[in-house]
Amino acid sequence: MSDLILKSAAELADSLAAGETTSVELTQVHLDRIAAVDGDVHAFLHIDAEGALSQAAASDARRANGDALHALDGVPIAVKDVLTTIGLPTTCGSKMLEGWVPPYDATVVKKIKDAGLPILGKTNMDEFAMGSSTEHSAYGPTRNPWKLDRIPGGSGGGSAAAVAAYEAPLALGTDTGGSIRQPGAVTGTVGVKPTYGSVSRYGLVALANSLDQVGPVTRTVLDSALLHELIGGHDPLDSTSTTTPVTGLVDAARAGATGDLKGLKVGVIKELAGEGWAPDVMRKFNESVDLLTKLGADVVEVSTPSFEHAMAAYYLILPAECSSNLAKFDAMRYGLRVTPDGSPSAEDVMKASRDAGFGDEVKRRIILGTYALSSGYYDAYYGQAQKIRTLIIEDFKEAFEQVDVLVSPTSPSTAFPLGAKLDDPLAMYMQDLATIPANLAGTPGISIPAGVSDVDGLPVGVQLLAPVLEDARLYRVGAALEGAIGPVLSIDKLEVAR
Amino acid sequence: MTETLVPFDEVLEKYDPAMGLEVHVELNTNTKMFCGCPATFGGEPNSQVCPTCLGLPGSMPVVNAKAVESAIRIGLALNGKIAEWCRFARKNYFYPDMPKNFQTSQYDEPIVYDGYLDVEVEGETYRVEIERAHMEEDTGKTTHIGGATGRIHGADYSLVDYNRAGIPLIEIVTRPILGAGAKAPQVAKAYVAALREILLGLGVSDVRMDQGSMRCDVNLSLAPKGSGTLGTRTETKNVNSLRSVERAVRFEMSRHAGILDAGEAIFQETRHFHEDTGTTSAGRAKSDADDYRYFPEPDLVPVAPSREWVEELRASLPERTADKRARLQVEWGYSELEMRDVWAAGALSLIEATVAEGASAQTARKWWMAELSRSANDRGVELAELGVTPVQVAEVQKLVDAKTLTDKLARQVFEGLLAGEGTVSEIIDARGLAVVSDDGALGAAVDEAIASQPAVAEKIRGGNQAAAGALIGAVMKATGGKADAKRVRELILEKLA
Repeated sequence: MSDLILKSAAELADSLAAGETTSVELTQVHLDRIAAVDGDVHAFLHIDAEGALSQAAASDARRANGDALHALDGVPIAVKDVLTTIGLPTTCGSKMLEGWVPPYDATVVKKIKDAGLPILGKTNMDEFAMGSSTEHSAYGPTRNPWKLDRIPGGSGGGSAAAVAAYEAPLALGTDTGGSIRQPGAVTGTVGVKPTYGSVSRYGLVALANSLDQVGPVTRTVLDSALLHELIGGHDPLDSTSTTTPVTGLVDAARAGATGDLKGLKVGVIKELAGEGWAPDVMRKFNESVDLLTKLGADVVEVSTPSFEHAMAAYYLILPAECSSNLAKFDAMRYGLRVTPDGSPSAEDVMKASRDAGFGDEVKRRIILGTYALSSGYYDAYYGQAQKIRTLIIEDFKEAFEQVDVLVSPTSPSTAFPLGAKLDDPLAMYMQDLATIPANLAGTPGISIPAGVSDVDGLPVGVQLLAPVLEDARLYRVGAALEGAIGPVLSIDKLEVAR
Repeated sequence: MTETLVPFDEVLEKYDPAMGLEVHVELNTNTKMFCGCPATFGGEPNSQVCPTCLGLPGSMPVVNAKAVESAIRIGLALNGKIAEWCRFARKNYFYPDMPKNFQTSQYDEPIVYDGYLDVEVEGETYRVEIERAHMEEDTGKTTHIGGATGRIHGADYSLVDYNRAGIPLIEIVTRPILGAGAKAPQVAKAYVAALREILLGLGVSDVRMDQGSMRCDVNLSLAPKGSGTLGTRTETKNVNSLRSVERAVRFEMSRHAGILDAGEAIFQETRHFHEDTGTTSAGRAKSDADDYRYFPEPDLVPVAPSREWVEELRASLPERTADKRARLQVEWGYSELEMRDVWAAGALSLIEATVAEGASAQTARKWWMAELSRSANDRGVELAELGVTPVQVAEVQKLVDAKTLTDKLARQVFEGLLAGEGTVSEIIDARGLAVVSDDGALGAAVDEAIASQPAVAEKIRGGNQAAAGALIGAVMKATGGKADAKRVRELILEKLA
């Protein structure tokens, strides 16, 4: 194993710039690492060694001519399988899309290609991003590199596990209710959900359009800032995309790294604690809060009373939107087609294909959403949920009148054993208690490693939340806290060690 | 189900009709409603498609600003209010030619609401209230192969062309039209005709009913006379000519009355209209509870046209149809009755265009209202869909004015145009229709006629000029009708003076 894989993306970028390594070498050592450990971890659904190496060779040629496209030109990356990629399968973790190769790139994929980042492959996920453990992937679960009998979080367990296992220095994830941040927390990595609309969703196979957001998955706060700035910005192909430029994140991360938070006001969310929150998680979280005080921040408790309804609202809005989004999978133009015996009608083919192509969790949410949108129930369910959403936005607004950032544990527990919550959807949904409000309000959030549990030795995450379009605050505070906490993830702590 | 048709007059003795018209108009924007694909008609199947209009996973819509502009202009021309803020919504249902299995449309927040259109039938004005006009996208076009009916049931397989998927549509919906009584069928036709004329004037659509760029759904119900209630309705879909709109209303009134007279209930359903027989047949059951699970389209931001923009568009609207009609009547010197006929025949724009090409108002009216109206009637098509253009009419009239053609020859040119024999000059050449105006050639024919009918010639020499008719007839026969009869007469009288 080459020690190169232990470096952060920023360090790799510096090595490339200094001519100490090449993109081909970097790409090859990561492909070697994938070959060595991914049989155990199963972070990847598709590995594109040939494509990645040829992109790496092109990057090296550019750099030799002094034509590097971006600081990260040549640094390899993994992409969640929910983002479309020309020439690479995009399955969304579903049998429904087995073998589908999109004819177009997601805008974020185009951006990383245009910046010269070789794509190592596509990462595993819960089917259509529905889940918090990656166990709902139709292609088998991803395992937590810290302890292989544990879940890596979800839905973006593949991206988080790939980065945690040093199979990739960078990955792209998507976060609808915590799918970047919760996997980050349970794998000891950094994950960011940007402000809604600040990163293009074009080419992201929608789970819930009003909640989805693409974001970075990395091992350091600075790496997330580098990747976030690269993928952010207005996209004319996404009508919900904001026109505010996404800048100043890297500067904020560098400023935060000096460790000075004097004058910063931090609010601890009263409602995200207590019953249902594991004591070892709370102990680690409180240590982080103490560190924020030590760094000079003024920490107070704030109340966001509507957050207790966030889960209920989320599980009406998300199924409603996804029940409509997933209607397009009808076997007519692409994807799985199952033709029943006899002389089936188009409707028979649609039914049989959808029955065979979708897993139980997907069917559960389609049924929930169809019901919630039905005439006569719309006002009571979807309508009410939208009202709660407004209340949550108001809670955030009031809280941010008092403080600059909010802080909470990212996830109520450390990584649980595979299978532990598969038969209890509600227990699984509870994993996203702390992350969902930001999706409902469109606000940005980051999860960084707070340390490891004194009970099971597994990572705990701390979440920071900022107002809409104030993503830079997350990087400043996140980098400061990261420095104070010290390294949490190291290869020697993993079950898939050197 | 009883299919006894009650004669129209008897229907009216017992029932009051109520109508509701839903008109879909394809806009003639360069690109589709939510993507950059060309919105033109007739391309190679599935050649004008992209991830968005194919509904590929991950694709997203972007609203066509030009379509919004057209919707606003239509709304203003229909005396409607323009929403300050409105959204698109998803109408969810499964169908093989629906790429996403939902149609991106508008639901309870249409861009246009509360408009009206005044239409005239036999000198009486009816106000048709317009409830709403909203923007939406068209679906793909399915062709069912095999089977007896050309419909999906019984077909061997079906072909889908997604070129049409995503073409911008405006749906214009009236409030129930009450009180039209015996004139209900004509009011329906007049409304669609007036709407068509306005859209044509705005230049927002080709409004070709025969090509489906304007489609009309006719809702009809009957209630006991004087009851002031509304009966159960049927919705006759895709009625594709003005004449058919009238016939569909008329037929459904007779059919409903037959069912109600028999004490049975009207079954709420969609109906198919059959152009050949003028009848309708059952489609699918349609209840008011059809559940499309509408909800706001989360991939699009609200449309909020600024008042400044709306006022700019209002200021740039073409002349109102009623004003234009009054102005042209004066300019053209038509009588009230002539103008009403022109309007009812849908010939106003055609005559206007013909006059613009240089023909006089009187000659333009003569061709469109007599010769061409008759041909359109024979073929059961609208005047505008006949296939003869104002440019051609003006060209033919120019030749008549220059005495190159007589009226009789001109009619033959139109025959040729209708038969698709080519351009005006090609038809004149091919059919040899030019007037023989060469006095030398005519002189020989006149001499021949005089020589062959000496008795007639003698009468003329004796001062009986009326007898010249027989010789003129002979000359016309000899020249195959291509001689100018007036000139022939002059020559005969000169020679026999």
